Amino acid sequence: MGKEMKRRILMGNEAIGRGLVESGCTLVSSYPGTPASEILESVVAFAGETEAPVHIEWSVNEKVAYEVALGHSYTGKRSAVAMKQVGLNVASDPFMRSAYLGVTGGLVVVVADDPGPHSSQTEQDSRFFAQFARIPVFDPSDPAEAKGMVGRAFELSERYEIPVMLRPTTRVCHARQGVSCQTPQTLSREAHFKKDPGRWVATPQFLTDLHRRLNDKIDEIACLKEMYPVRITGDGSAAHCIVSSGVACANTYEILEDMGLLEKVDLFKVDLPYPLNRNFIGAINADYEKILVIEETSPTIEMQMANRAIKGRTSKDVPDYGELTPEVIGKVLETFLNVPGKAEEDVQEVKGVRPSLCAGCPHRAAFYGISTTFPEGIFPSDIGCYTLGMNLGGVDICHCMGACISQGAGLYHAYAADGPDYPTIVVTIGDSTFFHAGIPGLINAVFTGARFIIVILDNSTTAMTGNQPTPQVGLLADGSPGNVVYIPDLVRASGVKFLKECDPYDLESFTVLLKDAGRFCRSDEGGVAVIIAKHPCMMDREAQKDQRCYRVTVTEACTGCRVCIKRFECPALIFDEESKKVFVDQNGCVGCCVCEAVCPVGAIAVQKTGGEE
Amino acid sequence: MKQQIIISGNGGQGILFVTRLLAEAGLEMGLDVLTSETHGMAMRGGTVISHVKVGAFRSPLIRRGRADTGLFLSDSNVAIHGAFVKPYGRRIVNTDRTGEYEGIDAAACAAQLGSLLATNLVLLGYAVLRKALFCDEAVMRAVIKKASRPRQVDLNLRGFEKGLQL
Repeated sequence: MGKEMKRRILMGNEAIGRGLVESGCTLVSSYPGTPASEILESVVAFAGETEAPVHIEWSVNEKVAYEVALGHSYTGKRSAVAMKQVGLNVASDPFMRSAYLGVTGGLVVVVADDPGPHSSQTEQDSRFFAQFARIPVFDPSDPAEAKGMVGRAFELSERYEIPVMLRPTTRVCHARQGVSCQTPQTLSREAHFKKDPGRWVATPQFLTDLHRRLNDKIDEIACLKEMYPVRITGDGSAAHCIVSSGVACANTYEILEDMGLLEKVDLFKVDLPYPLNRNFIGAINADYEKILVIEETSPTIEMQMANRAIKGRTSKDVPDYGELTPEVIGKVLETFLNVPGKAEEDVQEVKGVRPSLCAGCPHRAAFYGISTTFPEGIFPSDIGCYTLGMNLGGVDICHCMGACISQGAGLYHAYAADGPDYPTIVVTIGDSTFFHAGIPGLINAVFTGARFIIVILDNSTTAMTGNQPTPQVGLLADGSPGNVVYIPDLVRASGVKFLKECDPYDLESFTVLLKDAGRFCRSDEGGVAVIIAKHPCMMDREAQKDQRCYRVTVTEACTGCRVCIKRFECPALIFDEESKKVFVDQNGCVGCCVCEAVCPVGAIAVQKTGGEE
Repeated sequence: MKQQIIISGNGGQGILFVTRLLAEAGLEMGLDVLTSETHGMAMRGGTVISHVKVGAFRSPLIRRGRADTGLFLSDSNVAIHGAFVKPYGRRIVNTDRTGEYEGIDAAACAAQLGSLLATNLVLLGYAVLRKALFCDEAVMRAVIKKASRPRQVDLNLRGFEKGLQL
């Protein structure tokens, strides 16, 4: 390892990115998704800062990202892939088989889980997924540890020629901490792919043997002394023992400290939840009568302990859903240790403000156009900022990346079978999501004769996760130019016969296009109609400079009907309780003036102040 | 030295930046720091909370009722996250009303400086002035200079100084 540099405040994701660069990793791929998005961005920053030669890419989806990293490792070079937990569902195909075939250069798979969930569609535990695949997994409890585990994961990966997972949770990814940084290792490995068809092609006849060898590897790793969980409190003689990992372990420690019980309870910290150290399992089950396991989010450690007397998620002594916050763990510990709580009053949860599309967001205009044009329509949508269109009645279904197009087809076939008077189905999908998983669904819908409208909300970025570029933007992760791939070309090549493009700010034209598209769907030669609603994201300050700008005000004519608030929900339109009228928050308003068309009595007045028309 | 601080507000009010400043101030003073932030969906104008723990801690999260100080970017957030602050803890609030907390109209002060974007820095300055934070003004001033984007340094410093003079 290189020489020590000074300590810096790093976010967990930055610490992981730093760890990847320091480990001499020469390829990192990812697809953005909270809470993992900043990992790749920090690899860009640290590789630039330390002049480390790393190929860094935002791949179009996690499966692709995984396979790119896998191919790189086959040449003997170190690689890594980062994603959020549901990204692993997308990458599960290459993930599962990579355990059997293994790797040559180290491959670290960073999968960020989101107990809670704060910004995800499931609470799934990727450690469970690792166990399913028989891939070892590290579970860090803070940023500094996460960085250290990157190095340990590479060593383990190369020693056993197996991919190794690092599973941080949101609370590690988005924690900041002082972390010591080293100069990156230079491994100077030349690419060398050694042909071995029995392994890299691995037809079924080779697989039982590969499976056996995989099991042998896991058996060996499960007996490694250095992976034996460390006791971090107590003296080893307590009657009670707690086994924990990740942030849950950090919370448990602090609560024990708060209770004054650090000396009285034996707390074991697990770094490698799968495979759990076999000798540890034997020793703990033999030495302790009362064992509590605290882990997020599934009983991964607990089930490997195979002891039905254990208190944990299976016995429901630990809630078997939701995030293990300090409040939750506090109550669990009070019950387990039989210590009366400090009468912690059950605080009434006060609901905060719900998230909303930004002022001037082009999606708002698109949703307004869609829901007013087709009041009886059905609106499947997808994953991104635009899921917030549910606030506007523009999103009826949201499932997983790319699902809206295929679900739209499924809905169509159900209604169309009942007769020609089917509701208009309008699906909305973002540009990045379209690249990610929308294209196969589109080809399928065209091919199978479905008739519905797809509105591709093209804001030329991946907005929700922090504005990462898409293939159509043509910029690579480090900002250098790549080859541009155009959405209209892809749509046409998929066999779509109706393709139009429009700025949704121009509600009138957009509405005309929607009606045309609706007619096309129902015409004799009809099928899937695609409209690209194109306008840059408001987070792109540069793009905002070029757009039209009006001074928007509400006149005395306002009747206080709140239609603009309910149907449009622009954060800059505020209802004043005293005057019972709406006013425009000039600090929030970006002057897009789309709201002008929304007011039923024409009380929203606009005056041009700048930008292009 | 051990201090637990929460910062509460809505997405876009500069909560993350204040969190970063406090973390950098801790590092500058040679203290251990752990923070926790909200990203993703909650950032689109929704309610956001950050936790900052200075001193020997292991978890980035503050348990309800344990925070020494709470910085509230808007008074409506006191009802939402006020319970994180311990009974005799400090509640520093940006507000144009009076309440059972240490209130200051940071937004109005920021508006005087020409940008509401400085509201978070005014409130931070006020919290330092009221000695509700582990760090003093000299440390914070240095950190603001270091951590601000070049274009924002001046506004951020003016916001901070404004808060110190209230």
